[in-house]
Amino acid sequence: MKCIALLGMPNTGKSTFFNRFTGASARVGNWPGITIDLLAAKIPLDGQVVRVVDLPGIYDFHGFSEDEKVVRDFLENNRVDLLLIILNGVQLERQLSLALQAQQLGLPAVLLLNMADEAKRAGITVDIEKMAARLKIPVAWVSAKYGEGFKSASTLIAQALSANCPTDPAKLRENLRADDEIEAALEEIFSESVRMPKTMPKGMTANLDRILLHPFFGLPLFFLVMFLLFQFIFTLGKPMQDGMAWLLSQARTLGLEPLLANLPAWMQGLLLDGIYNGVGTVAAFVPVIILFFLVMTVVEDSGYLSRAAFLMDALMARLGLDGRSFVMLLMGFGCNVPALMGTRIMRSRSLRLLTMLIIPFSLCSARLQVFLFLITAIFTARAAPIVLFSLYLLSFATALLTAVLFKHRFPSTEPFIIELPPYRLPTTRQIISRAWHEVRHFLKRASKFITFGVVAVWILTHVPSDVPPSSADTLAGHVSTLLSPLLSPIGIDAQLSVVLIFGFVAKEIVIGSLAAIYGLEGDSLMGLMAQKLDWVQAYSFMLFTLIYTPCLSAVATLRNESKSYAFMFFSIAWSLLLAWVVCFVFYQGARGLGY
Amino acid sequence: MSEPRLSSLHPGDSAIIRAISAEESLHHRLLALGFRVGKEIHLIRSARFRGPLQVRVGTTEVIMRRCDADKIRVSHQTAQ
Repeated sequence: MKCIALLGMPNTGKSTFFNRFTGASARVGNWPGITIDLLAAKIPLDGQVVRVVDLPGIYDFHGFSEDEKVVRDFLENNRVDLLLIILNGVQLERQLSLALQAQQLGLPAVLLLNMADEAKRAGITVDIEKMAARLKIPVAWVSAKYGEGFKSASTLIAQALSANCPTDPAKLRENLRADDEIEAALEEIFSESVRMPKTMPKGMTANLDRILLHPFFGLPLFFLVMFLLFQFIFTLGKPMQDGMAWLLSQARTLGLEPLLANLPAWMQGLLLDGIYNGVGTVAAFVPVIILFFLVMTVVEDSGYLSRAAFLMDALMARLGLDGRSFVMLLMGFGCNVPALMGTRIMRSRSLRLLTMLIIPFSLCSARLQVFLFLITAIFTARAAPIVLFSLYLLSFATALLTAVLFKHRFPSTEPFIIELPPYRLPTTRQIISRAWHEVRHFLKRASKFITFGVVAVWILTHVPSDVPPSSADTLAGHVSTLLSPLLSPIGIDAQLSVVLIFGFVAKEIVIGSLAAIYGLEGDSLMGLMAQKLDWVQAYSFMLFTLIYTPCLSAVATLRNESKSYAFMFFSIAWSLLLAWVVCFVFYQGARGLGY
Repeated sequence: MSEPRLSSLHPGDSAIIRAISAEESLHHRLLALGFRVGKEIHLIRSARFRGPLQVRVGTTEVIMRRCDADKIRVSHQTAQ
């Protein structure tokens, strides 16, 4: 009796095909060489009775899963007259490999493209003749679900059955073994030429892991390390920032003011108080930004971030995320844009979207610059690092809260497996080139956005020219009057609300805008802020800046990566709402407590 | 199936991979990372709160969740 075996990847409708093809006359039977039972049926085909066997679904012949072993053992021990390869016609780009492998092994086969109905709906067409010629295997469409194409498929099968010789199990065994021989050869060459100690020496990595991944101290250590790094950046960055600010103000009084003295007053105002002060105040932060990226590069390249993923995964799993989401969240502390793009490594769309929803809450370097300015202006040197650290904690908290609230809307079962590289110290060259790359990126954005933003703010606050700058009668005054019912309950005054509008474009503009509004820079602007704002107002403003929205580039990236305007608007709306609520609770709470 | 799974090992245990029954993408990822039947696998540590496992196959160290480690059958070898 001739024997036909059904082969296909899992979930291709192979069983449905089998049931329809054999008319549900299947029986469980034993087969030589394999330990599990397979379904088989005897059916009349073209005047003779043939036996049809349903093999387990496999991805390829070379795999090492249980099912793949069963298929191999079956083919190595049983003579087969024809292999019916069933592929999902909608997923041919990855399933065709199975047909190619069968062809290469010299197996007599007929290829059936199942799910013809779905393929038709998806607008997929296949040039059957071309495919058959290329594979040297007859090809036909079927729909196992609706029974379409069975008649012509049966004819094709009968033809192939009479034309082909049966497989030779011994020869097939040899062919399949050739594949295993690659493995064996690999092992052989490896064991002959590569010497490896029986157990890997307990190197630096193992020792460091014992400490840094300690069951109790691992997580606290991680947060301590992060805190110390920020302390380091802040302590070292402050004098550099002061020096830079001093240089810039010297350049103004000694160089630019005499040079521009002949220009009309409004022009001087725009150039000096608007552009120079704005851009200068931002430029003063370049040393800190450089320092930040120097440190982040060391952390990133050291392999510690993967360890952070290990430490945090238990928590992240409960939030519907995984360790990679956490690493991306950390990346977001540099800049949200590359972090959003980094989620491409995730296959599951839900997991990706949920991760993209939380990344905008990462306190990026542009926001850091705003906070550094305000914290330096308003808090004591001793309180400053703690205030900054609290903002980082809140950044995490809002991200995690968002995940908890929305995890059920974005469910995912993606496996989480990542390689753990050994600890490495990046070379100085690596660190410098990386930091330079980030700073250049920052400056490029700065030159594009900040100049534009600063000029726009200056115009808004100085037009019309016959009223006092940034008073209620200027353009900016009108805008902020509109916003005041919304923003005054959270302690944000008229001028600051204008700044927030520009902050939507880019956080780099925020401080520049303040400089343009008040026509002051550096220390004198800080002095004014300290007079104008008490710590509760300043903190509320920082909270809002942290949460309300990343920047225009991040929003555009959200849209590009999610390919959905709805998701983008959802993300913006949620951030705005959360920002307002958090600030309201903080501001009113602090005032209520008497601060 | 009476064979233990990777997820049931204790930190410090070594075992031999007997079977991997995972869906395609995970299966290929594991293959790419060097997980093969017959290879020795070593459980280094597991994270607290039923977090991921840190395992080593050959010279490659990876971290994986327990639910994924459940799909790898092993035969117990030695407790070092």
